[in-house]
Amino acid sequence: MSLSATPDTPLPGRRATLSERGGETPDVDIVDVTKRFGDITAVDAMRLSVARGAFYSFLGPSGCGKTTTLRMIAGFEQPTAGEIYLAGEPVAGVPPYQRNVNTVFQHYALFPHMNVAQNVGYGLRQRGTTKADEARRVGEALELVRLSGYERRRTWELSGGQQQRVALARALINQPTVLLLDEPLGALDLKLRKEMQLELKALQQEVGITFVYVTHDQEEALTMSDTIIVMHHGRIQQQGGPAELYERPVNRFVANFIGVSNPIDGKLVEHDPSTGRGVVQTDRGLRLTGLVTDPDARPAPGTEVIVAVRPERLQVEPATHAAPPADGWSSVEGRIHQGTYLGDHTEFRVATDIAGEMVARRQNAAGAAAIMGVGPGDPVVVRWEDSANLILVA
Amino acid sequence: MSAPAIPVAGPVRAGGRTKAKVDHWNTVVEVWLRGHSTIVYAFLYLPIVIVVLFSFNANRLATIWTGFTVDWYAIALKDEVVLSALRNSFSVALPNAILATLIGTAAALGLQRVPKPVRIVFDALTYVSIIVPEVVIALSTLVLFASGFSFINDLTGLRLQLGVPTIVAAHMLFNISIVLLLVRARLSGMDRTLVEASFDLYASPWRTFRQITFPQLLPAIVAGFLLAFTFSFDDYVITSFVSGPGSSTLPIFIFGQVKRGVTPETNAVATMMLFVTLALLAVGQLALARGARRTGGVQEGGMAGMIAQQR
Ligand SMILES: Nc1ncnc2c1ncn2[C@@H]1O[C@H](COP(=O)(O)OP(=O)(O)OP(=O)(O)O)[C@@H](O)[C@H]1O
Ligand SMILES: [Mg+2]
Repeated sequence: MSLSATPDTPLPGRRATLSERGGETPDVDIVDVTKRFGDITAVDAMRLSVARGAFYSFLGPSGCGKTTTLRMIAGFEQPTAGEIYLAGEPVAGVPPYQRNVNTVFQHYALFPHMNVAQNVGYGLRQRGTTKADEARRVGEALELVRLSGYERRRTWELSGGQQQRVALARALINQPTVLLLDEPLGALDLKLRKEMQLELKALQQEVGITFVYVTHDQEEALTMSDTIIVMHHGRIQQQGGPAELYERPVNRFVANFIGVSNPIDGKLVEHDPSTGRGVVQTDRGLRLTGLVTDPDARPAPGTEVIVAVRPERLQVEPATHAAPPADGWSSVEGRIHQGTYLGDHTEFRVATDIAGEMVARRQNAAGAAAIMGVGPGDPVVVRWEDSANLILVA
Repeated sequence: MSAPAIPVAGPVRAGGRTKAKVDHWNTVVEVWLRGHSTIVYAFLYLPIVIVVLFSFNANRLATIWTGFTVDWYAIALKDEVVLSALRNSFSVALPNAILATLIGTAAALGLQRVPKPVRIVFDALTYVSIIVPEVVIALSTLVLFASGFSFINDLTGLRLQLGVPTIVAAHMLFNISIVLLLVRARLSGMDRTLVEASFDLYASPWRTFRQITFPQLLPAIVAGFLLAFTFSFDDYVITSFVSGPGSSTLPIFIFGQVKRGVTPETNAVATMMLFVTLALLAVGQLALARGARRTGGVQEGGMAGMIAQQR
């Protein structure tokens, strides 16, 4: 069953925008939006288009402006500058109750004096849906979130995960243009969270409604999103799919916020903007070839940069059996500082002279066997391919 | 079983002795504490029990028990003076409670929307009006009515005088503050995101008030109404100052009777008052407890806690 199959009672003017949209107009368009609270700039010159039917996540540390952005889309806050368009229409001054957008609040905000069915049907009642229609669609919505038979239950009798699903049904039943979710899993324990992440993702694909999700948990964002928007200090740092963000972080903040990396300081000596290839001379005499990840960057030669290498790209070999130096590979010598067995992989900390302490991660199925028996203090060679070098300008 | 038990037999007996000693002291303390609380409660409730008991006394002399009867209730309920006092009590308490609830609730909602400095001033004024000694309110309202009426009467030739309306007005002074505080407490305990969720689900501000805010406030409003009613129904001090000819309420009647010696009939009237008040307080308590359960917010100590906080 699908929610989008049921006829909707349109808000005035909604049908027109639906037809003119024709799959082209973005569901949400944020154009140069800035929001200030006194001296604090919560959102700074944000520019973003949210495409139809996708799963977007705002990811960033506490206080970076995620909630503020969501509240501006919902209509609870007005931008200080800039314009927001919902389904192509500018919405400045339109109150929340006239926007075809629904929110799932962090603590659910279920109405305590109403039962589950009354909660879920609330939005429909405000728009004058008939009783019979309401009952039918509430039944469908509850079925969608696997809560059939819970109609008459009081909301406070439900578990956290069930309340979460009621909140979802209450929002989805209205078939909003966009569904906004502000850390909806924040109050759940880890196991339930993981379950709900997959469930939410499946649900989003089933109903085809655009989700804009807020989280400060990178793993959560990577699990669910089609597009992740990394924010810091009110600014969008990078926007892209999970793999893109991990493989091509455009700056230090993104590289460190999503996953871990080994930073090596150096100066850029060559850069070809057409291919992105760059060569870095590190402070301790290493010459590294790699990719300048930010396609818009035009750094002058001599610019201080960081070369970031992901731990799983590093190979660790005993100094006695190390492969000979090869073209397209870099290698540094060092001593094992610490080896931690972590089940599916082993993490090595290697103290090197020319690249500082490096963290390497080897899958136990493949690489670890080769250096079994290598313990703290033993000499090793750390090797990695040039393609692992991410040159971060900012 | 018996073999391994032998080596530990000694220590167990030794331990048993000290344990018995501790038990002994525990018992003494326990008995003393129980006795103490019995005395406290007896002191609190014995007089009330006696009044209730003697309202069923067959003897005309209130202090000598001769037998059980409910005649005094019948007599009291046929006594024209009692009935008029009862009517007066209701005609004071009911309009007072209705008006105090309306005004107090409206004020609480209004205060939610004014800037903080203004709100602080009004909150302070509310608290003051509750802690001002009753007799001061009584005196000041009397002075206000007396001087105000004489001024107006002189000017217009009207003959305004003290009576049920003046009692209602004086009682409201105090009761508006009670309702205001109860509703304010509830409002500030209310989850703001509920209102936002309602806006988010297409409900206009007015519909949100009707469907979300008001139902959340209702327990506090009901409790406020009942408290206002009972305070007014029981009040002696203010009423005695601002009542006029023919507007005696039950407390005034009882006090007047007592001066001539307590009769079982007086006891019967007092007992009936007691039960009306208790019943209303119980309903109020229930409303608050129900509201707290529904909205998750715990009203510490229920209504008693609220009154204690405010008096
Ligand atoms: N109503 C407000 N008044 C004043 N400052 C505000 C207000 N709302 C948010 N801010 C400030 O704006 C900044 C961004 O806040 P926001 O709530 O959007 O952060 P967030 O990314 O959602 O953080 P978190 O992960 O902690 O929820 C913060 O510095 C916050 O203090
Ligand atoms: Mg937030």
